[in-house]
Amino acid sequence: MNLLTQTKNTWCPGCTNFGILAAFKGAIEDLVKNNEIKTEEVVVGSGIGCHGKISDYLNLNSFCGLHGRIVPVLSGAKIANPNLKVIAFEGDGDAYAEGIEHLVHAAKRNIDLTLIVHDNQTFALTTGQFTPTSPKGFKGKSTPEGSPEEPFNPLFLMLSAGATFIARSYALEVKKTQEIIKEAIRHKGFSFIEIIQPCLSLNDTRDHYQKRIYWLNESRQKDNIDFAFEKIREWNDKVPLGIFYQINKKTYGDFN
Amino acid sequence: MTHVASTVLIGGQAGDGAKEAGINLGKLLATAGQEVFVSVDYPSVIKGGHIFSRISFSKEKIFSDYKKIDLLIAFNNESISFHQKELKKDGVIFDESCLPMTQITKEINAPAITRTSVALGATCYYFNLEIENLEKIFKEAFGEKAEINIKLAKKGYQYLKTKNFKQKPRRLKGSGLRPKASEKKKILIDGNQALALGLIKAGLNVYFAYPMTPATSILHFLAKKEKELGLKVVQPENEIAVINMAIGAAYTGQKVAVGTSGGGFDLMQEAMSLAGMAEIPLVIAVSQRPGPSTGVPTYTSQSDLRSTRFSGHGEFPRILLAPGDPEEAYLLGAQALNLAWEYQAPVIVLLDKHLSESLMTSFFDSSKIKIENGKIAHNPKDYKRFETTSDGISPMAFPGMKNVVVKATSYEHDEQGITTEDSQIIKEMQEKRFKKLQLLLKEQKSKETVKVYGDKKSKNIIVSWGSTKGAVLEAMKYLKKSVKFIQPLYLEPLDAEKIKNHFKGAKKIIDIEGNLTGQLASLIREKTGIEIENKILKYDSRPFEPIELAKKINELLS
Repeated sequence: MNLLTQTKNTWCPGCTNFGILAAFKGAIEDLVKNNEIKTEEVVVGSGIGCHGKISDYLNLNSFCGLHGRIVPVLSGAKIANPNLKVIAFEGDGDAYAEGIEHLVHAAKRNIDLTLIVHDNQTFALTTGQFTPTSPKGFKGKSTPEGSPEEPFNPLFLMLSAGATFIARSYALEVKKTQEIIKEAIRHKGFSFIEIIQPCLSLNDTRDHYQKRIYWLNESRQKDNIDFAFEKIREWNDKVPLGIFYQINKKTYGDFN
Repeated sequence: MTHVASTVLIGGQAGDGAKEAGINLGKLLATAGQEVFVSVDYPSVIKGGHIFSRISFSKEKIFSDYKKIDLLIAFNNESISFHQKELKKDGVIFDESCLPMTQITKEINAPAITRTSVALGATCYYFNLEIENLEKIFKEAFGEKAEINIKLAKKGYQYLKTKNFKQKPRRLKGSGLRPKASEKKKILIDGNQALALGLIKAGLNVYFAYPMTPATSILHFLAKKEKELGLKVVQPENEIAVINMAIGAAYTGQKVAVGTSGGGFDLMQEAMSLAGMAEIPLVIAVSQRPGPSTGVPTYTSQSDLRSTRFSGHGEFPRILLAPGDPEEAYLLGAQALNLAWEYQAPVIVLLDKHLSESLMTSFFDSSKIKIENGKIAHNPKDYKRFETTSDGISPMAFPGMKNVVVKATSYEHDEQGITTEDSQIIKEMQEKRFKKLQLLLKEQKSKETVKVYGDKKSKNIIVSWGSTKGAVLEAMKYLKKSVKFIQPLYLEPLDAEKIKNHFKGAKKIIDIEGNLTGQLASLIREKTGIEIENKILKYDSRPFEPIELAKKINELLS
C-alpha cells in the first residue's frame, strides 16, 4: 500500500506541512492495518492554499475543492454514501474566513466528518496577509501597520457550535498528531483538529509555541464540558494540546 | 373577442384559503373532463394582503388563464374592488351578501376557513358540476377534515339552488360526464411538481435546496416523498453549501439535483464553475422571479436567461433547458438528469414562477423516459478520472470501488486529476471538455430541441420560450393571420441551424418574452446573426395575458 502519489511536492523545503502529511499517512496506515477502515472508502478533501496540495500528494480518493468549501463537498459525499470515511483538510483562511459558516453548521449537525485545520495564522500562498487567527498587530502585506483585529478562538467556537470531538495539535509533533488523527477518524460525529503549523517562510512561530505548548492528560474522561471550556481558553502563556472534548451523540443522517 | 374559456377568480386575504379553493375547483373541473389552467397571485406575506387564484377552463386544451372572468368568488372587499372591472358582461359575483358563507359555516361551528367549501358547493350548482366529485377531492386535500367541508359544500349548493339566485346555472359543455376511458388520464399539476416527478423518474437520489420562492415547492414536494421513494432531501445552511454538497454527492456516484431562484443561483456561481472543471453531473433548477436583487419574490419573470447562460467564471460547457408547461417540465427534468450523466456537466433547468406554481391539466408519458447512467468504468486498471477519449467523455468511477483512486479538483489537472500548470495539458483539457459540447450538438439533431406550432408554412414567425409559450399558444386562437410559432427547449447549446431553417423566408419575426432586454432575441442574434426587430416584452412581473397578447400580435401583423 503506497499512500503517496508520484507528484512532485512543491511545499517549501522544511515546511511543517510535511509533518501533517506524515502524521496523516501514518494514521491511515495504522487504521487500515488494523482493519478499522478500507483505503477505497477513504475520501480526503482540501481547500485552497498551501495545505490544499495534500490532495495531490495522497494516493487516495480526493477532492480538492474551492477555497473554504471542502466541508460541504465532503458532507455531501458522506450524505450520499454513508460508508465513506471523509476527511477534510483546510487552512485557517478556508476554515475560519471564507467558509466559516460551513464549519459552524457541520459542527451543529454533527456530520460524521473529520476536519484537520492547518493553522499557520497567515495566508501563506498569497504571500502573507492576516487571517482570523493572526494575532492583533500582525504585520502583513495588507496590514503594514499591524492587523487591527483581535483573533478568535476556533476551539471555543467549535465547542459552542456542537462539535463532538475537539482537539489541538502541533505540526512538528508528528507521532502525537498521528494518534489524534486516528482518534478523530474513529470518532463517529464531527471531529475537529486544529493543528498549529508554523510557516517557516512567512510566519515562523516555532520559538513562541515551543516554549508554551504542553499536553493534556490523555487518560482523563473527555466529556467534561467545563474542563474543556477552561482549557480551550488557555492560550497566552501556556498552550494546551491534545483532545479537549469528546462525546457520543447522534450523527447527521442517523435518523433511524 | 369571444373567449374560448370560462374563468373563475377566487380572491381573499392570505389565510382565507383562496389558493387551495382554486386548486380544488381546478381538480373538480378536470374530473369533469375540462382542460384547466390555475394561476395563483399572492404577495410576500403570511397573513393579510390580497391573494387570488384564477381558474380558466375549456373543453379544448388551454395553456393559460384569462383576465376576463365569468365568476368572481370574493372572500374580502378588495377582491371585488380589484377585480369587478374584469367581469365579463354576464359575469357573476359570489360574496357574503348573496351567499352567506360565514353564516353557513358558523351554523355548524366549522372553522372560518371552511367557508371556501360553501363557495365551491355553490360553484358546483352554478356550473352544473357533480358535487359528488368534490368529495373525493376534499378527502385527498383535507383527510379527516374532509367531512365538514363536504357538508358545507352541500349547503352552499342547496343555498344557491333554493334561493333563486338571479343567474341561472350555466350548463357546462360536457359537464357531469366522466372523461372517456380512451382519453389519456390527465392530472392537474404545477411545473415544480412536474419537474420533481421527472427527476424522480430519471433516478434522482439526493436533492439539496435552501428555501427560495418560487423554487421552494420542489423542496417541499420531494421532502414529502423522501421516505416513500428512498430519496435523501437536505436543507443546508445556504446556497453555497447546497451546490458544494451536491457536487460532493454526485462525486460519489449518486444522482443529484438542486433548486433555487436567481439570487440563490448567484451564490452558486463559483461552484457552478467547479462543476464544469471537475466534470460533475449535476442538475440545477432555477425558477425565475423578477430582479434585480430581491426584486419581487412571489411574481414572475424571464430575466435570468442571460445570467444562467453565462454563469460561472472561465469557459466550460453547460446545458440549459427551458420547459414551458408541466408536461415539458416533466420530460426536460428527466432529460436534464440524463444529460448531466451522459455529458458529465452541469445542466440548468430554467423555470419561472408562472410555470413553477401554476397548475395545468397534464399527461405524463413516462414511456418517453429512460434512465441514462453515462460512461461508467468497470474494473478499471490504472484508472484515470479524466482520461483522454475520442469524444471527450472519460469513464466515471466512484469512491468505494476497489483498486481505484478517484481524484477530482477545482484546479486544472492532468488525466489522473493531479494539478497541472503545463500549458500543453491545459490546452488539451480545455479542448476535451468542449468536445462534449460538439457531441451534444450532433446528438441534438435527432432530439426535439425546438418545438414548432401553428401553420408551419406561414411566413409570420413568433419565437418565445419558457412559460410564455402558454400565453402565445392561447393568443394564437385569436389571431387574424396565420403564424408559425417556434419554441426552443434547449437554449444552451442552441441549435442555431434548426432556428435558421425555421426562419428561412420569414416575412416578419416577432420575439415575445418576459423581460426588458429581449434575452432570447439576443441569444438568437449571437448564434444565427439574425436580428429580430419586432419584440413584445413584458417586465411588470405578471405573466402575459392571452387576449392582450393577441391584440399586440395582431397589431404587429397588420
